[in-house]
Amino acid sequence: MNGFASFVKKETLHIFRDFRTMMIVLLIPIVLMVLFGFAISTEVNNVDVAVVAPNRGDEVSKAVSRLQHNPYFTFKGFINADEIDHTLRSGNAMAVAVFDNDFNKKSALAKDAKAKPTVQIVLDAADVNTASSSAIYLQSVLTENAMSKQTLFNTHLLYNPQLKSAYNFVPGIMGLIFILICAMMTSVSIVREKESGTMEVLLVSPVKPIHIIFAKMIPYFLMSSFNLLTILLLAKYLLDIPMIGGISGIVIISLLYLILSLSFGLLISTLADKQFTALLISAVVMMVPIMMFSGMLFPIENLPLVLRPVSAIVPARWYIDAVRKMMIEGLPLMAVANDFLILLGMTVVLLGVSLKKFNDKLE
Amino acid sequence: MNMIEVNGLTKRYGNVLALSAVSFSVAEGELFGLIGPDGAGKTTLFRLLATLLNADEGTATVNGFDVVKDYKSIRNCVGYMPGKFSLYPDLSVKENVDFFAALFGVTLEENYDLIAPIYKQIEPFKDRRAGKLSGGMKQKLALCCALIHKPKVLFLDEPTTGVDAVSRSEFWDMLSNLKQKGITMLVSTPYMDEASRCDRIALCNEGKILCIDAPANLTKNFDTPLYALAADDMFALLNAVRSIPNMGDVYPFGEFHHLFSHSELDCGKVSDELSKKGCNNLTIKKIEPTIEDVFIKLMNNE
Repeated sequence: MNGFASFVKKETLHIFRDFRTMMIVLLIPIVLMVLFGFAISTEVNNVDVAVVAPNRGDEVSKAVSRLQHNPYFTFKGFINADEIDHTLRSGNAMAVAVFDNDFNKKSALAKDAKAKPTVQIVLDAADVNTASSSAIYLQSVLTENAMSKQTLFNTHLLYNPQLKSAYNFVPGIMGLIFILICAMMTSVSIVREKESGTMEVLLVSPVKPIHIIFAKMIPYFLMSSFNLLTILLLAKYLLDIPMIGGISGIVIISLLYLILSLSFGLLISTLADKQFTALLISAVVMMVPIMMFSGMLFPIENLPLVLRPVSAIVPARWYIDAVRKMMIEGLPLMAVANDFLILLGMTVVLLGVSLKKFNDKLE
Repeated sequence: MNMIEVNGLTKRYGNVLALSAVSFSVAEGELFGLIGPDGAGKTTLFRLLATLLNADEGTATVNGFDVVKDYKSIRNCVGYMPGKFSLYPDLSVKENVDFFAALFGVTLEENYDLIAPIYKQIEPFKDRRAGKLSGGMKQKLALCCALIHKPKVLFLDEPTTGVDAVSRSEFWDMLSNLKQKGITMLVSTPYMDEASRCDRIALCNEGKILCIDAPANLTKNFDTPLYALAADDMFALLNAVRSIPNMGDVYPFGEFHHLFSHSELDCGKVSDELSKKGCNNLTIKKIEPTIEDVFIKLMNNE
């Protein structure tokens, strides 16, 4: 056991000595969370709106006050109709709401009246995504009153009523980060020993190959657990994800996913004999499928039919699915038993295959 | 008992024959050298004996254990220093030694006596990263790590390659010291001049062992008259000698050409003949063979 403990110590030293890599590994989750949580978002936020209202009656005032009190819009004041173009071009506003001359009068009419109150929304659509989603949202805010009168439709968004993109991204980031750190780092660290020839010395020693492997896994497992902690803290306190279902289920399935990722790394290390190869395999075999096939970026339902079965063998798909359900819908671990069992099965197979493949000889 | 026993070991990598039916034995406490150029199969032989590879044909035992069946027992009692610098460059000297000690379940203090003469030389740098050591220092550290568990047999694959002449000589002094302590050593080197430091050597080339003997015997039993020749224009000299029929084989050899003559020569006569062919400032003298001469002759006989 003395040999094993010193092995773990050695691996930990390797990590600490490579200070830059360590900082990258520890900071990547934080950077990604902040990036996806705030900077890269498709949600409507801080949209400056100017209003053109030739007649400012009650209904217009009500609509404008709803706008003023809405946290996602900033009311930039009233302008004249001939200033619309200038306002948008100068960037003073991103959207202009143009009220009908007879807005008040028409709003007051019965709902089956022929003349309906109209609002025109003029948008700076340089950013298409934001423009289209703010158009819809702006419309609903301005015509709330009129709409409820006419009861055209009533959409109710569950779990993520503000359509916060962070809710969607956090599980995806978790699915990606853990594979990245566990699998890539473990495989590179094992292959590094092959490449530098130290593996030869290690093998020609009484130490069991399984000890070599576990000693390599432990520091990366701890490091990833630390990342899990930072991600969960950031998700809760920075991105305000409620996680009403409790955190224990998320932690349990995440730890399982960590072990799966480590086994994945081990398998790669048995296939690659150069660090570069290990990196390449990690990138091509893991990163790309995770991005494409796990539902992280695109819904699986959007995939062509032939590619959908591919997503079933991507572990991240099941993990991300489970975390989404637990984190956002607040379901307990029991509710994602299906995902959990699939991940467990994959872990057992991967670990089994890679331990069998790990050779205590050179060929 | 022979510490290492090798019988007809053959190893192929695909179609390449790396070792071809190699047999030899090393007695306990012997310092045995494998001398040969790159590609002679030395590293493959080490890997087979260190149980890192399995042979295609033939058998071998180390300390009485079969390299295939009892490979785990062998891994307990041998020290192995691969050709490349195989320690952790990001760990300090002390950390490297401690790690390898723990790997074998021993401590530096327990076996300090054995490695002390070597370790003392690198001890002043014990907190320095191994990657920042000079080539000679690295070799000493690697030797310390390979010795830390008092192995019965030490495999050293080209330990002096890439090390300066002084450090090389020091390194061989250390090996001689270890021999005093009864450790059996198998050392490979491409440097023919190091052969004389071994008890016995095997000259190998292209996967075969050409001959095995004590270095002194090899040169003593060299029965070809050997001459060293030099002139102003060495290239012209080489062609001139080769143009004389029945002279034997001549090869460039540092500042001289070595002539493996078919018979004893009359140096004056040969000198005249070569001068006529336009070789100025000619020197010709009979010399004692070196291991390299033995090697070249054996290689030509193949």
